[in-house]
Amino acid sequence: MDMNQPIGATPLDGKPDGLVGRPIDRIDGRLKVTGRAPYAYETRDLKNPAYGFLVEAGIAKGRIRSLDVSAAKRAPGVLLVMTHENVPEQGEKKEQVYPQLQGTEIRFHGQPIAFVVAQSFEQARAAAALVRAEYDVQTPEASLKAARPNAVEPKPAQTPPDSELGDFDGAFASAPVTLDVEYTTPVQIHAQMEPHATIASWEAGPDGDRVTLFTANQMLNRGQTSLASVLKLKPENVRLVSHYIGGGFGSKLQPQPEAILSALASRSLKRPVKVALTRQQEFHVATHRTDTIQRIRLGADETGRLTAIAHESWSATAPGDVFYETSAVVTRSLYAAQNRLTRHRLANLNVPIASAMRAPGEAVGQLAFECAMDELAEHLKIDPIELRIRNEPEQDPEKKVPFSTRQLVACMREGAQRFGWDKRGATGATRDGQWLVGMGMAAASRLNPLMPSQAGVRLNPDGTLTVRMAMTDIGTGTYTILAQIAGEMMGLPIERIHVEIGDTAYPKAAGSGGSFGAGSAGSALYVACDNLRQALLQSAGMNAEGATFSEGRVTSGNRSEALADLAGAQGVEAKGEIKPGAMKEKYSQHSFGAHFAEVGVDADTGEIRLRRMLGVFTGGRILNQKTARSQALGGMIFGIGAALMEAAETDTRYGYFVNHDLAEYHVPAHADVPAIDAVFLPELDDKANPLKSKGLGEVSICGAGAALANAVYNATGLRIRDYPLTLDKVIDGWNEREGAAQRRT
Amino acid sequence: MGSCAALATLGASLRGRAEAAPAAVDPQPQTMPVSLEINGTRHDLTLDTRTTLLDALREHLDLNGSKKGCDHGQCGACTVLVNGRRINSCLSLAVMHEGDSVTTIEGLADGDSLHPLQAAFLHHDGYQCGYCTPGQICSAAGMLSEVEAGWPSHVTDDLTRKASLTDEEIRERMSGNICRCSAYPNIVAAIRDASTKI
Ligand code: FES
Ligand code: FES
Repeated sequence: MDMNQPIGATPLDGKPDGLVGRPIDRIDGRLKVTGRAPYAYETRDLKNPAYGFLVEAGIAKGRIRSLDVSAAKRAPGVLLVMTHENVPEQGEKKEQVYPQLQGTEIRFHGQPIAFVVAQSFEQARAAAALVRAEYDVQTPEASLKAARPNAVEPKPAQTPPDSELGDFDGAFASAPVTLDVEYTTPVQIHAQMEPHATIASWEAGPDGDRVTLFTANQMLNRGQTSLASVLKLKPENVRLVSHYIGGGFGSKLQPQPEAILSALASRSLKRPVKVALTRQQEFHVATHRTDTIQRIRLGADETGRLTAIAHESWSATAPGDVFYETSAVVTRSLYAAQNRLTRHRLANLNVPIASAMRAPGEAVGQLAFECAMDELAEHLKIDPIELRIRNEPEQDPEKKVPFSTRQLVACMREGAQRFGWDKRGATGATRDGQWLVGMGMAAASRLNPLMPSQAGVRLNPDGTLTVRMAMTDIGTGTYTILAQIAGEMMGLPIERIHVEIGDTAYPKAAGSGGSFGAGSAGSALYVACDNLRQALLQSAGMNAEGATFSEGRVTSGNRSEALADLAGAQGVEAKGEIKPGAMKEKYSQHSFGAHFAEVGVDADTGEIRLRRMLGVFTGGRILNQKTARSQALGGMIFGIGAALMEAAETDTRYGYFVNHDLAEYHVPAHADVPAIDAVFLPELDDKANPLKSKGLGEVSICGAGAALANAVYNATGLRIRDYPLTLDKVIDGWNEREGAAQRRT
Repeated sequence: MGSCAALATLGASLRGRAEAAPAAVDPQPQTMPVSLEINGTRHDLTLDTRTTLLDALREHLDLNGSKKGCDHGQCGACTVLVNGRRINSCLSLAVMHEGDSVTTIEGLADGDSLHPLQAAFLHHDGYQCGYCTPGQICSAAGMLSEVEAGWPSHVTDDLTRKASLTDEEIRERMSGNICRCSAYPNIVAAIRDASTKI
């Protein structure tokens, strides 16, 4: 099915008690709570693996003068030490997947320089520490701030880096009310709990070599293509298996160096090789979210109607890489204004490779933009919700097409009512003991893409149904929602659905990323089930008109058959495919939401504590109320981290992240997360996909941190424009204010 | 290579000096016999003395339920119960546990019937990816016995009385277990629920 027109009535509609949407427990939950779900490093399918350990460059720019591996090679248990001198020939880089150990040039700290393989993990680790590198060191460029004047226009990603409409400069110059502010966001780290890990097994064969990787990867078919390119194999000879994935958040969208190195080592050793990055290596060897500098200019009339919007963003990645943070893309569709400008610039620095992290673009874009809106509201003495309502566009202001659905205003109103927004005090006016208390809100918006995806289903002779596709579940609940969709379509109870995903041996699927996973893979499954329904009706000679599938039977007119009987001795198979189509161009498709936060700021120490938080979201049809809520809460808590604690600090002299472990890079812990809740407004989006659903995994992080920052302003009157908002910045703000007051007297 | 080693190397080359050659060959790995009682079964192993309890479980006993998230005591994914108390198994060498009784996530359920904490995590959706989950559950089991034994925490108001299991107490006491999927609200709900059933 090509998504060329709106979807009419479907078998999923009008079933308030149906399987789809029901808050059932995860079908893979039992395996997870008993410790029996095998993650990549834990597979038993590849026997007798050797252990790999990666060695990182200790400088950010320069050349390897010498690499002494003699001691490592002699160390007990060592089977192989791979460096640029003996690494097998590799193919072309593909996207952000690079051939490894290429020559002596070092472009960033943490670039792999050797791979040591031994009989045991302890031996590999000890031998890796014996590798001695000497470098000709050059001074790295690692500061985005310093590189900003020379940043360049990047190659277009999904959309062009720049956009312009009307006459921004003229409108801004003549606007009665203007705002011109700069926000900065730091490097953030995915910090998914399962480090990148692979067990690779290379086999030479008559029709070409093949490699199997049990690996932690979100998008298996994309990984298959890129690994095939780098490893110089036919894509069909590269098999990726990823049944359980310990979180991704973008870090596992593409294979990382450990996958390539273990595959090459397995080729040399003719034996499976397993490797996991250490937590410390995660920070430099794998990707991160770049820091950004964002300038926002708003021009408005006295009533708060925006006449001019400009959002510019600067970001950085490693030399030769083209990834840039699309911070301002969401601004193109969020609020109305006649005159608009967005611009992205990129600096190639001696820093590790930047890539997508949960809601790339929007997450940090809205950290800045939604605070700028709060600043404008404060300036105009208009309620921040009212300001947003006054700038609600009738259609996408840049694409000039209608929104498929847009319930931003409804989300803000519902949230305001539930949260008690009317109790919000004037700036700096609310105190609870030692705590200065404030409330803040922010809007949330995230693009809803659809990706090509395929699915296979098979009705088995015993009346069960097997679903197969190279889809992944990174904690998003994919196993469960696929079973719910298939169960509802075929009228089978959840126990009779077997979901088999996580293997490129199955039909090509979208994978998990960019909020497209459930909608794309679920739609492919919907189409496959629809085809299976037609096939069954046809072979049974039953009338498709008015046929219903329920309780394991198909009924049409006065005939009713058990599916198990129709399956026959061989079973019946069907395939399905979804592709994006004209709906993508004819409608602007986004998930929307609104965040509300209440914080306390310690009046003496400046410590900021979140007290409560609420998110109200729309994401089309909700496929499982329980897992959807979990995902939304997870995104909001990522927002807490972004607002209050997360920052990988770059030592710009050496181009590395100083706090590269989980003790020093702070993510929210239990004690940081008070009572928070997420709710969904009813919605169906018939322009999005046949499920009428939209993505949920990312809209919930968008704007979340800004709501906290705005609450800090409401509590203290301090506008901190440099994330994260830590107590030292609060105290600096107070000191500045005091100094200014003294200067006045 | 840890950052210290990396910087030492960098420092040496900045000064333009070659490093002293490392010792000719490492001695053969030292191994030691150790006997562990794991989930009620005795295991006699001979292990590299550098092997952590976590790696002994995962790499030598095929018990992959305990997870490695950081290998440095910073995340809690490897939490197991040793003689009834929760520890980070990545921070402890296996050979230090001669004769100890170790309970891992695989040993919590009673046959097919889940431990109340496992059932509550399932019901409350106290996880997403599931990678921190065994550690959260083992940690919660250990934490509940600490409360039962009258141990106070940072947020306990009255140190002379047994703390009651408020949400604040649960959050404080579970803060050594990171969940990047951020299932925290559901984990707290699960522990609260299970605590009444243990
Ligand atoms: S793996 Fe032990 S605390 Fe992280
Ligand atoms: S469930 Fe994924 S880290 Fe906790």
